[in-house]
Amino acid sequence: MAVDESLKIELGKQGVFVTTLQELYNWGRRSSVWPMQFGLACCAIEMIATTMARYDLARFGAEVFRPSPRQADMMIISGTVTKKMAPQVVRLYNQMAEPRYVIAMGACAISGGPFKQGYNVLKGIDRYIPVDVHIPGCPPRPEALLQAFITLQKKIDAQPLTGEGRPRHLDENAPGEFPVPVQGEHDLEPAANKNVWSVPVVIK
Amino acid sequence: MKTVEEIKAAIEAAVPGAGVTIVTNPGPAAQHSLLLVPGSAIAVATFLRDDTDLALDFLSNVTGVDHLDKEIAEKVKVTRQVSKTVDGVEQMVEETVEEARKHVEPGYLEVVYHLFSMAKKHGPVVLRMRTQNRSDKVELPSFTPVWRSAEFQEREVFDLFGVVFKGHPDLRRILMWDAFKDYPMRRDYVEPDDFEYEPTAHDEVLARAQAHKGTQQGS
Repeated sequence: MAVDESLKIELGKQGVFVTTLQELYNWGRRSSVWPMQFGLACCAIEMIATTMARYDLARFGAEVFRPSPRQADMMIISGTVTKKMAPQVVRLYNQMAEPRYVIAMGACAISGGPFKQGYNVLKGIDRYIPVDVHIPGCPPRPEALLQAFITLQKKIDAQPLTGEGRPRHLDENAPGEFPVPVQGEHDLEPAANKNVWSVPVVIK
Repeated sequence: MKTVEEIKAAIEAAVPGAGVTIVTNPGPAAQHSLLLVPGSAIAVATFLRDDTDLALDFLSNVTGVDHLDKEIAEKVKVTRQVSKTVDGVEQMVEETVEEARKHVEPGYLEVVYHLFSMAKKHGPVVLRMRTQNRSDKVELPSFTPVWRSAEFQEREVFDLFGVVFKGHPDLRRILMWDAFKDYPMRRDYVEPDDFEYEPTAHDEVLARAQAHKGTQQGS
């Protein structure tokens, strides 16, 4: 249920504050997204720069980097995900409590990047876990990470609490745990989680 | 610093039956190397480290090279008895025929060590060792007891090339996971076919992308 925006402003001028439970709830969620303290490669350096005074991620309520997945709301996949590391990344994601979000930062995390044709690099973490925001760049600048974070906040803000498109923790049928890939004799098994990822269609 | 020939002579004087050969580098760098026999390699390495003139106390780099089995085609002249009709009479005549023959020269794995001297400030001295083949006889002596810095690099050569170092204190895979069976740096390694589309496909990647076309993309 949405409140008419002009009515809300008009009532505000009269000293009456009108809101909805959904707005309040989402405002609370988006304003204190705590990231997990977790870096994979060179993108992590840019992520660290983003948290420092010059770019100051604290402006958006995400300055508290938690060293435990249990206390974190957001995972920034900052760098190359090797096939040796991928099961651990999925396992850490599984250990995070809902609501949880994922930002895939940089060319490697979204597609394998410059190492795509190698034998030991995962071709995008979105093969195993749902990714909310992808950031291209090698590495992306701190501004790009801020942009991604604002995009995530807008996404949280737009989520209804009931019905279609509600967040996973309010949907009892939504998957809570994602299968951890097994390190096989030649490759990770399975090569992708079919419920999360499908082959992108190339439009010509 | 001594030349490779002088080092070879010094080794042969100190280690009887060392069996060192010089592998020349025809390029402008002319960085020749010494090919060691696995049996005497540890004795030679210890000599190179402890000798007061050479004092090669620092092992800087260990790397591997893969040489595939080579099929060599050559023409051999063969003399054999052939029956021929000469002047209406059939008789046996010796004839020389050229015959094409093929034989397979077995490939090998090679490990290359680069040595420097911190004390004398000279180097590099390049050592090589070769396995007997690429499949089952891939054992070489480990230099970890002589130079401690060989430990991780020999593990890497084991991981990526499959050379088994005898006498290594902790020979496990270092980059790939333990259940992994292949050796990715070998030239006949087939990498897993785990990417289904390629936005800017070319060459081998294009062939691979086309093989996937119609199966999953539906285009």
